[in-house]
Amino acid sequence: MQFRPIISAMRRNKVGAILIAVQMAITLAILCNALFIIEQRMALSKRPTGVDEANVVVLDNQWVGNPPDLIARQQGDLAALRALPGVLDAFATNTVPLSDSGSTEGISLHPDQKTASATAALYFGDEHAIAALGLKLIAGRNFNSDEITDKLGYNDIKPPSAVIITKGLADKLFPNANAVGQSIYDDFSKGQVPIVGVIDRLQVPWVSAGGWGSTFNDNSFIVPFRFVGPYPNLYVMHVQPGQAAAVIQAAPKKLFDISRARVIGKTRPMTVLRTEIYKNDKGLAVILAVVCAALLAVTAFGIVGLTSYWVAQRRRQIGIRRALGATRNAIIQYFQTENLLIAGAGAAIGVALAVSLNLWMVSAFAMERLNTGYALIGAIVVMLLGQAAVLWPAMKAASIPPALATRAA
Amino acid sequence: MFTYYFRLGLRSLRRNMVLTVLTIAAIAVGIGACMTALTVFRAMSGDPIPQKSSQLFAPQIDNWGPDKHNGGAPDRLEPQLSYTDVLGLMKAHAANRQAGMFRARLPLQPGDPKQKPAKVMVRATFTDFFPMFDVPFKFGGPWSASDDESHAAVAVITKEMNDKLFGGANSVGKTIRLGNEPYTVSGVLDDWQLLPRFYDLEVRPFSDGDAVFLPFTHAIEKQMVGIGSTSCNGDVDPGWEGRLRSDCLWLQFWAELRTETDVQNYRAFLNNYAAEQQRLGRFHWPPHTQLRDVKQWLQYRNIVPSEVRILILVSFGFLLVCLMNAMGLMLAKIMGRAGDIGVRRALGASRGAIFLQCLIETGVVGLAGGLFGLLLTALGLWAARSLLSKEFVALAHLDWADTGIAVLLAVSATVLAGLYPTWRAAHVQPAWQLKAQ
Repeated sequence: MQFRPIISAMRRNKVGAILIAVQMAITLAILCNALFIIEQRMALSKRPTGVDEANVVVLDNQWVGNPPDLIARQQGDLAALRALPGVLDAFATNTVPLSDSGSTEGISLHPDQKTASATAALYFGDEHAIAALGLKLIAGRNFNSDEITDKLGYNDIKPPSAVIITKGLADKLFPNANAVGQSIYDDFSKGQVPIVGVIDRLQVPWVSAGGWGSTFNDNSFIVPFRFVGPYPNLYVMHVQPGQAAAVIQAAPKKLFDISRARVIGKTRPMTVLRTEIYKNDKGLAVILAVVCAALLAVTAFGIVGLTSYWVAQRRRQIGIRRALGATRNAIIQYFQTENLLIAGAGAAIGVALAVSLNLWMVSAFAMERLNTGYALIGAIVVMLLGQAAVLWPAMKAASIPPALATRAA
Repeated sequence: MFTYYFRLGLRSLRRNMVLTVLTIAAIAVGIGACMTALTVFRAMSGDPIPQKSSQLFAPQIDNWGPDKHNGGAPDRLEPQLSYTDVLGLMKAHAANRQAGMFRARLPLQPGDPKQKPAKVMVRATFTDFFPMFDVPFKFGGPWSASDDESHAAVAVITKEMNDKLFGGANSVGKTIRLGNEPYTVSGVLDDWQLLPRFYDLEVRPFSDGDAVFLPFTHAIEKQMVGIGSTSCNGDVDPGWEGRLRSDCLWLQFWAELRTETDVQNYRAFLNNYAAEQQRLGRFHWPPHTQLRDVKQWLQYRNIVPSEVRILILVSFGFLLVCLMNAMGLMLAKIMGRAGDIGVRRALGASRGAIFLQCLIETGVVGLAGGLFGLLLTALGLWAARSLLSKEFVALAHLDWADTGIAVLLAVSATVLAGLYPTWRAAHVQPAWQLKAQ
């Protein structure tokens, strides 16, 4: 196939060719960035929390007023919940993963450290916490019941007697050593706290892409506090498989039977928390996918339209070529090669555009760097699209009869 | 002449239906995508209080010192204030109006003992809150400044709350119970909604608003805990008093400053305040303060989520592709008519006349694209509402401004895209065309 005649023909149709090339370049830039965002958001929304989500139910309880016997009331509630049919275990805490609210603390290895060694999310829990969340203890032990102390609200500041940390936090704090048996200092209480156990995973409560928590997603620690106060507390229940719906019905009723001086907010399985918190990520992925599909369609139709016009414009010349002995295939190949040249130029500009668009988004939206694989895949997709779009007009061109050349203009 | 060109335009559009439909579809799809993203963006980034947004200011004071802002804040400032500083700013009374505030979540005791208590969002603030934010009252009014001073158990409730508790009757002087405390209603708000709720961005700014308002001083006395974010850095002593004395940040503060001079004076006042704190030994660093009005504040706090910004970017790129597409198709169409144009030119039509005719034709295409685009926008918003979380898009509705923007954008973008094809048409050489025929 000779490029020279194609190129010189294109030079007479500069604007059309440039329009198609630029269109393909922008399509490519948007396409691979959108695919990248889709992939990232989907990966984000699939991260495990470490919690047995399908079988964990969370209930939001707030006492009316500030009764003095809060600890006893809470323990009574928990005992009643544990006795419910279908409930394996229960505990009370300040927050759970996927809830988008909680506290963080700086963790230090020395008492006088100026900047903390790691930032981590804080979970309160007693000896039932690991079982009630369905967490996996991978080193050390669970809390002993004599390690659990009462914490009367956030202003009750005292160092915990022990701490269980996630593997992520352990690896960050002690990259080369066993974390169990070591001590940490938390920013708030300033006390020395021994690490008694390491759990495989417990995600921080925040999950937004590039938002708070995104840099320390696996850093969490559980402190052995029975936490009460005049604000919402979460009761977390581990239920037998398939029992979540029944427990969601039964638990609030049971609690109201014990006392009516309370507000019970939402009672939900963790799976619902997951659906809700990732709704925007999934929605964005769907919208971007639709836009990508529309973008490809529009670009394809544009190519069909312009090439058809070129074919119509060159009917006579094509007829002459056919009369001079060019085969149908040669005509089809002509338009395919022409499109390949345009698409190749467009793809080259497009890859550059895609990378710079991504670099800008990295700084503007705290996005991650584009994997160059996406740009290459995008380039191939766009070039295949061009070939597919050009096929129909090219076949129409090939069907122009050679006899056309002999007719008067 | 115009109507004649308009008819000619319609006629030529009919002549090549496939190209026309493709062009209009390309424009409509591009406009639809763009307007969907733009409508959501406009709704989220709107001015919540246009009549006063340039007179309301949120001050920031660095009470942690330059090397304590780990991560987050490149300007070494945090969005909230400590209790000590809010008290200092309230006492100084340096603005025309001012109010510190925070949100708490309290159980509301129903009048009917058979009903269960319900949680309500409570805003603890000062009496200036109401006139400062132009809050409309249906019955009664704000509590008094002396109520602020005496930590009075008074409350202002929203219209919805009043409808729920008192069936919409005038409830001023009646009592509501929050937790175990009784509060006397001093006023009932009329319909009032700020979107986004700029005065406290620590709680979701597009979600349900505050239902009950109480004096800040009373809430502090009752040790009510804020449910937004609390950031602490440095030592905090145990107990409620320890929390109040600490440099934990958990309060919002707004000041009304009517003139540019007031703003300048307040800036100076803030710096003097920080310098005073340095002199007293509380701050060990030079004054570092900031003052932002509502719009600057919303921008500073990045109120529009990155999802919406990504969608804006993608949809405008999409529109660009659609327009280039339309431009190519229009070029094909107009150049396909070079012969006709040549004849018209030969018969005496001026370049200007040809130009005008083609321009009107592209305008018609743009108008059609815009109208179809509006339909697609409505469809897009419907889809966005079902795909994205409620608070994102609940407030995004097509209003007249959006409709106008869509049509204007479509027509002007199409005409712009059509300029080159039109110019080419106007420069058709009549002699050459006639010869070729």
